[in-house]
Amino acid sequence: MTSTAEQMDELVSRGYEHGFVTDIETEVIPPGLDEDVIRFISQRKAEPEWVLEYRLRAYRHWLTMSRPRWSSVHHPEIDFQAISYFAAPKKKDALQSLDEVDPELLRTYEKLGIPIEEQKALAGVAVDAVFDSVSVATTFRKNLADAGVIFCSISEAAREHPELLREYLGSVVPHSDNYFAALNAAVFTDGTFVYVPKGVKCPMELSTYFRINAQNTGQFERTLIIAEEGSQVSYLEGCTAPQRDENQLHAAVVELVAQKDAQIKYSTVQNWYPGDEQGKGGIYNFVTKRGDCRGERAKISWTQVETGSAITWKYPSCILRGDDSVGEFYSVAVTKGMQQADTGTKMIHIGRNTRSTIVSKGISAGRGEQVYRGLVRMAQRAENARNHTQCDSLLIGDRCAAHTYPYIEVKNPSAKVEHEATTSKIGDDQLFYCRSRGLSEEDAVSLVVNGFCKEVFNELPMEFAVEAQKLLAISLEGAVG
Amino acid sequence: MLTIKNLKAQVEGKEILQGLNLEVGPGEVHAVMGPNGSGKSTLAHVLAGRDGYQVTDGEVIFDGESLIELEPEERAARGIYLAFQYPVELPGVNNTHFLKEALNAQRKARGEAELDSVAFLKLIREKMKLVSMQPELLKRQVNVGFSGGEKKRNEILQMALFEPRLSILDETDSGLDIDALRTVSNGVNALRSPDRSVILVTHYQRLLDYIEPDYVHVLAGGRIVRSGDKTLAKELEHKGYGWLTGKDEAA
Repeated sequence: MTSTAEQMDELVSRGYEHGFVTDIETEVIPPGLDEDVIRFISQRKAEPEWVLEYRLRAYRHWLTMSRPRWSSVHHPEIDFQAISYFAAPKKKDALQSLDEVDPELLRTYEKLGIPIEEQKALAGVAVDAVFDSVSVATTFRKNLADAGVIFCSISEAAREHPELLREYLGSVVPHSDNYFAALNAAVFTDGTFVYVPKGVKCPMELSTYFRINAQNTGQFERTLIIAEEGSQVSYLEGCTAPQRDENQLHAAVVELVAQKDAQIKYSTVQNWYPGDEQGKGGIYNFVTKRGDCRGERAKISWTQVETGSAITWKYPSCILRGDDSVGEFYSVAVTKGMQQADTGTKMIHIGRNTRSTIVSKGISAGRGEQVYRGLVRMAQRAENARNHTQCDSLLIGDRCAAHTYPYIEVKNPSAKVEHEATTSKIGDDQLFYCRSRGLSEEDAVSLVVNGFCKEVFNELPMEFAVEAQKLLAISLEGAVG
Repeated sequence: MLTIKNLKAQVEGKEILQGLNLEVGPGEVHAVMGPNGSGKSTLAHVLAGRDGYQVTDGEVIFDGESLIELEPEERAARGIYLAFQYPVELPGVNNTHFLKEALNAQRKARGEAELDSVAFLKLIREKMKLVSMQPELLKRQVNVGFSGGEKKRNEILQMALFEPRLSILDETDSGLDIDALRTVSNGVNALRSPDRSVILVTHYQRLLDYIEPDYVHVLAGGRIVRSGDKTLAKELEHKGYGWLTGKDEAA
């Protein structure tokens, strides 16, 4: 991704940050979590009083909860008192040149076709600022402002647009929703806020790397996207380049609100550090993502390509409240090495004639463990609601596993639910067929796997789709044979 | 062009080829016939380099170079092509994309320029006429939902596209009705040339009515037990394989 853009974002944001938060450059608070820590965070973020109250409410509720045990992932207990909940954006220990960077990482960057300057940025090597890019960011923000779209960090929103934030924050994922959502509500320190006014079609794809203040992936990100009546927005999250992060636990919350006739498309490519061969040091990604189709004919579409993290635990969901509203979930998840993923979606049909589509493609290699866990609920009012679920697993090698747990609850007799599931192994015969036509083994694997994922990639914005394909090929390198 | 000497090969620890000798010259068409289990398909797969088909002895020399250590894709780039008895389905993979990637992989390996989409489409349309293939099959996923005949045509289309120096057709006639057989055979015949050779692996004489071989070999017990010209195939049709293999088999 264009990290030159990140670089210049950093430039742009620097002066701005200083405007509100003085001298936090070197500040990190000691590990541990209590109400004082939360007060500290809120104060540092210069938040209104009600945000602090919201955080404290969440924290007090969190204390009464315990970690969910129902998922199929295994990891040592997390010591929440060993985590530092606030670190001012600190300068990375800049390396002097690419020679100091892990050659394995560089090889991957090369395969992804990342320009040298961006490689440096991603790997934490000091880069000269590219001044041309500053104008790109400025133009970008100007176009959005002209359209009336608000696109800023969640902290900025707390200060600049408190009325909007107050109305919507926690309205889709309440602070009491689940253990990790409660923790997030208490300590979130970063994230994105998007507001698209009535009737506006957002003039460009919004992407995290254009966001001011987005340099460090927050450990507890909070994202809120609001699409007013008849508006449209497409949001891209993540990066195909492998990202290392010293924070092991990531517990993000994403809330989407689509009013009448609004459309939100949320695409994710996640490639966080999966850990070493034993799975040590990899990121735990415990995310709550939920969209609420509040009005008639609203549409929310989740597309995700998940190749990273040691543990992924996420179920992007849609609440189909408005009549004729539409929910979609397209997912590719890859687990290899020792990676574990328990992922899927929830489609809650409340309104009449609501429709949902679930296409989940799971790929397991090595000793990867993967679970698809999905819920389709047709409420009593959901006349003529429809769901189609297709859930395919592809196994590479014989030490990996894939499980499918579909939960279906139907309370309206006119509702229709279809579920198709397949599990297949990547065939020796497929690989041999491709290779006998001249394709290398790696290209053959990539061709077969990309074919398997095609329906999902078709849903991604064009550029993202191309990157996702490359990413998949790299992720599965050496997985066969 | 191709010299096979005393070739022995195992599949899952079982010796299937037990000292096979075969010499194929440029432009020649050789039919390899034999009863079920005689090693015909094993020979085809060994030549194409399939994993799990282990050569334990002997040599396979193609244009002066030993094939045995080469990967399947390296063999493809050198001009060896195997038309599958059961062409494999690749769900989600567009046929045009697949053919273009494969052709360009071969060209790249040979140090030739890759074809761009325009040049490729022109080429493939031309080749499709040879096998009377419906253009819409190019838009479909590789072999997915193809009829038996369409799959075999797709194999011959690839042969036309790659222009291999040595084509091995593994039971290409199986499962084809007479019209499809004729079309496929016409395709193969159109590709015959003085510098291209073909090995036809087949169970039945029928195919040889359409593609006339220069030589016919009978494979039994992992060895070539009899070689002759096309009259040998006729003889086999009358007598079956039993008189050559010592077994009583109604072919």
